[in-house]
Amino acid sequence: MDNAAHTPLAARGPARMMAHLWMILGVIIVAFPIYYVVIASTHSTQTILRPPLPLLPGPEAFQNYDEAFSGGIGRIGGVSLWRLLGNTTLIAMGIALGKIAISMASAYAIVFFRFPLRMACFWLIFITLMLPVEVRIQPTYKVMVDLGLIDTYAGLILPLIASATATLLFRQFFMTIPDELLEAARVDGAGPWRFFKDILWPLSLTNVAAIFVIQFIYGWTQYLWPLLVTNSNEMNTIVIALKKMISFADADTPWNLVMVTSVLAILPPILVVVVMQRWFVKGLVETEK
Amino acid sequence: MRRTVFPHKVLPWLLLAPQLAITIIFFYWPAAQAFRQSVLREDPFGLSSTFVGLANFRKVLSDPSYLNSIKVTAVFSILVAFCALAVALFLAVQAEKIVRGKGFYRTLMIWPYAVAPAIAGMLWLFMFNPSFGTLAWPLRQMGIAWNPLLDSEQAMALVVAAATWKQISYNFLFFIAGLQAIPKSLLEAAAIDGASRGHAFRTIVFPLLAPTTFFLLVVNTVYALFDTFGIIHAVTSGGPGKATETLVYKVYNDGFVNLIMGDSAAQSVILMVIVITLTAFQFRFIERRVHYG
Repeated sequence: MDNAAHTPLAARGPARMMAHLWMILGVIIVAFPIYYVVIASTHSTQTILRPPLPLLPGPEAFQNYDEAFSGGIGRIGGVSLWRLLGNTTLIAMGIALGKIAISMASAYAIVFFRFPLRMACFWLIFITLMLPVEVRIQPTYKVMVDLGLIDTYAGLILPLIASATATLLFRQFFMTIPDELLEAARVDGAGPWRFFKDILWPLSLTNVAAIFVIQFIYGWTQYLWPLLVTNSNEMNTIVIALKKMISFADADTPWNLVMVTSVLAILPPILVVVVMQRWFVKGLVETEK
Repeated sequence: MRRTVFPHKVLPWLLLAPQLAITIIFFYWPAAQAFRQSVLREDPFGLSSTFVGLANFRKVLSDPSYLNSIKVTAVFSILVAFCALAVALFLAVQAEKIVRGKGFYRTLMIWPYAVAPAIAGMLWLFMFNPSFGTLAWPLRQMGIAWNPLLDSEQAMALVVAAATWKQISYNFLFFIAGLQAIPKSLLEAAAIDGASRGHAFRTIVFPLLAPTTFFLLVVNTVYALFDTFGIIHAVTSGGPGKATETLVYKVYNDGFVNLIMGDSAAQSVILMVIVITLTAFQFRFIERRVHYG
């Protein structure tokens, strides 16, 4: 990253120092809300309710997290923190892996086979880009009721795994695979499965990683959909549970536990993005839409 | 065009089946229902419905609360798109001036991308909560009557701030990529000709960034219109009054909370038209971007 010592845009001397100062200011603004909630999660409710909040971690960190995990969240929201994290992980993984599986399969069919209505199928998938859940809330809800999918994991995952973006990306990538590769495989007697498993899949790994990060975040941060298709607290994601906790806020709200829950709702996807940063940036910038 | 393909005729349909099934059941069928309901009106008991043509659309478009919601959405989207683009462009230009430490800054800049919109809203509400928000406290010390839960403009400022904050990461990454794609030879030639850095930015960098900026403008508009439901729902619930009731929030509210089906369906159809227009824009542009290379 930093080896390009003399990119033409690089500034010298004081101008470069100014740039550093602006970046530090930018990073402070961007990171502050997250820092704030992490700090708040280490203080007692009394301290949180008496502004301004100290800018350094408090002594109650261990106690807060221990209480949150050992039933404190259950007493406010009716569901344990473990269950909330489990639900959200299951949904995020289900959506990310489900999307990769079904969009790879359909892209494979569209690129490596010839059959009637092939392009019609492609357009049918492509146009779904223009139909986000937000514009068809009510009728989609009715379908969910008719199919008995309210309050089920299938109901939370299935409607979100059809993704035009992932299909388009895989299609684009598959089209760059040289004809010769497929010819050679066919000459060696490889069928569709062998070709996929031995040649295509290993070549696709970078793209799979990129899509995984983007879709894991997409799944973890879902809001409107879980709000619509779940009634039971047992099926809450951590984001929905948090919203419920603060909407019944009153004098007795244990804000320290609310802050702990916020931290746990934010941290897993941030970790995924930071750890898989290289694939994430590539996937986002090179392929998104 | 690919010359070699597999000869199977049934296998491709099996591979396509899961995606087509989900697409039809959860996308096309409900969208068709929205169109159908938008021209029907149900009796108060939901037992029968009659064809009313465009009456639902006329009713929605002459409803003052819908017109208010259009205004709110326009103000909200323009503010979010403008602020998120301006801040991200400024920071991306600063980052490109730096030689060492770029990677470090980028790692910190991308965090908000991973935060759910609803939680982004809650974080800003915690900081600016009138009773215990640490940043609301200095505002009140300065004599500002800060209460975003009661004051419309302050409520709008808070949701705009949260929505902008969340989108900066995305725009920043695209602007960085755009800046790095500018041919070095052009900038070097400008330097040899004695152009100042400011001049080079005005005449080379910004014009070449225009395609990226336009692409981001469309993406940010779509984001502000549709992906910010969580922020509005978690922070203001459309209030105070209807000061932050965006179009998407109103569809949800009318269809789910107030149960006015015909109106809600007509609103859905209007939203679909907006998304289709924006997406078409986005793709036309992408085809052009290819030529810029």
